[in-house]
Amino acid sequence: MYGYIIRRILLMIPTLVGVALIIFVLMRMIPGDIVVLRLRGEGGAQVTDEMIATERRRLGLDKPMWRQFNDWMLGIAKGDLGTSMWTGRPVIEELDNRFQLSLQVALMATLVAVLLAIPLGTMAALRQDRWPDYVVRVFSIAGIATPAFWLGILMILAFLIVFKWMPPIKYTPIWVDPVANLSQLIWPALATGYRYSAVATRMTRSAVLEVFREDYIRTARAKGLMEHIIINRHALKNAMLPVITVIGFEFAFLIGGLVVTEQVFNLNGLGKLFVSAVGTTDYVLVQALVLVSAFTFIITNFVVDLLYAWLDPRIHYR
Amino acid sequence: MSDIAADREQGRTWVAGASAASVRFFHTKPLGAAGLVLVLVYIFVAVLAPAIAPYDPIDIRYDAMLVAPSWHNWMGTDSFGRDVFSRIIYGSRTAMLVGFTASFIGATLGLLIGVWSAYAGGRTDMLVQRVLDVFMSFPLIVLALAIVSVFGTGVGNVILAITIPMIPRCARVVRSSALALREVPYIDAARALGFTHSRIILRHMLPNVVAPYLILLTAFMGQAILLEASLSFLGLGVQEPTAAWGLMLQGGAEQYAESAPWLPIFPGIAITGSVFAFNLFGDSLRDVLDPKLRT
Repeated sequence: MYGYIIRRILLMIPTLVGVALIIFVLMRMIPGDIVVLRLRGEGGAQVTDEMIATERRRLGLDKPMWRQFNDWMLGIAKGDLGTSMWTGRPVIEELDNRFQLSLQVALMATLVAVLLAIPLGTMAALRQDRWPDYVVRVFSIAGIATPAFWLGILMILAFLIVFKWMPPIKYTPIWVDPVANLSQLIWPALATGYRYSAVATRMTRSAVLEVFREDYIRTARAKGLMEHIIINRHALKNAMLPVITVIGFEFAFLIGGLVVTEQVFNLNGLGKLFVSAVGTTDYVLVQALVLVSAFTFIITNFVVDLLYAWLDPRIHYR
Repeated sequence: MSDIAADREQGRTWVAGASAASVRFFHTKPLGAAGLVLVLVYIFVAVLAPAIAPYDPIDIRYDAMLVAPSWHNWMGTDSFGRDVFSRIIYGSRTAMLVGFTASFIGATLGLLIGVWSAYAGGRTDMLVQRVLDVFMSFPLIVLALAIVSVFGTGVGNVILAITIPMIPRCARVVRSSALALREVPYIDAARALGFTHSRIILRHMLPNVVAPYLILLTAFMGQAILLEASLSFLGLGVQEPTAAWGLMLQGGAEQYAESAPWLPIFPGIAITGSVFAFNLFGDSLRDVLDPKLRT
């Protein structure tokens, strides 16, 4: 097992470097010169060539490509993600408390997804092809189809019209004031969580259906076990494996999924930072944020794999 | 029988088989059939937009701003006095254009890469898979946003931004189906006959991975529409004055609550309905074509 973990960590390195390389190359495919675009973009024609040259040197763009990539990688290894082109502050500082906010929303959304998906999916499977099944299926397909940002807009609209109330705009860490924190963050978590529960619900349903066809369930029934014991202790335990994969997968994607929701709820998280970085063409920041989200994804996948092995004794990683 | 006659004969049985299959589809999968009908309605509306829309979608009227839904403007007007119903009708053009183009190109490139990778095997396959792995580590919208930040906004770039993340997702699935094909006797036979690689890939392997391809194509359609709406909503997709559903949802909920709470309702319904239709259809298509695939 430990050998496996170490090997997986070592295997992650080429993927991470590949990810960094793709972002690096992509960012240099911008048509035209970044510095010229940024300094002269909005009709600022009085910028001299000298100023452009200085700026290029400051950003390290005068060095050859491979040196730039090398410097960037070395910086990352030392925990330095560069300096925002827009605010002039280190990227790591910009990420700091935003990461905390996004992570909390992501965790809460996952919790919402799990709490919806497992009971609903199980219920649908137990009543296959009867009305509870149809209701759950339509509910979950609707969840996949409904944009989380639209759901968010409708939520805020309903609060404003019915209660004349709006979730607080200022972020309070949960250990400072849990009530203020939750009254702000529970809504985006619900909006994204519903959407993310949809896939997990469908997975739970098909996994439970599959498990119910197994011999040991028939054995359990034959020996006269009570139905709820069969479901909870025998069926669900085994059906949960694929569901965990799906939930883990989605958690990894949540950082991306939050991009739009954060905009609606005006949350100052990673997603909002990303959108504004794209809007202000802050390439250093875009580059760093894409990297962070890809790294989160890769690491989450790794953790899910380990969890899988830990939960299912049949799986042996060598 | 000459080759051409044989081909024609084969063609006829294929058509007969396809129509029989679609009749069966309507009978056994009523939900999927409903999805298909809804998809066709959206396509119909998109194609005939000029005939259906009562007003010009970009016609600004300062004397009719933020009018509530009425007989003249079924869904009211927006802050520029443009008719919301007409903008939704024309918005379906943008959504269908982006949805179809991005998912078709994305899935088809993925199909070719997947089959080629499986056929080539060995080191090529390894390398292609690693590259796809790297591309798959970007969440869909993150990669799309990164591409938009490089190439800029607008319909063309939005299509590009949505197409690229689709490619590896299709290539992955197609490859795993194609891998099993590599060992099938008739592929060996084709190779023994000395057919070229491209002929074996295109004529013998491709037709056998059409099922996963079609499943992914319909699944991508809904995702592409949703992604386009998200990008446009963020102001990083389709730009004004083009009618696009995501664009129509721009603006804070607080503003809507004060002035026109009905404004965000209809574009959202249009998006949800179209994605719902594609998913419903795609789901049943998957059940029919490949019952073993899950989720």
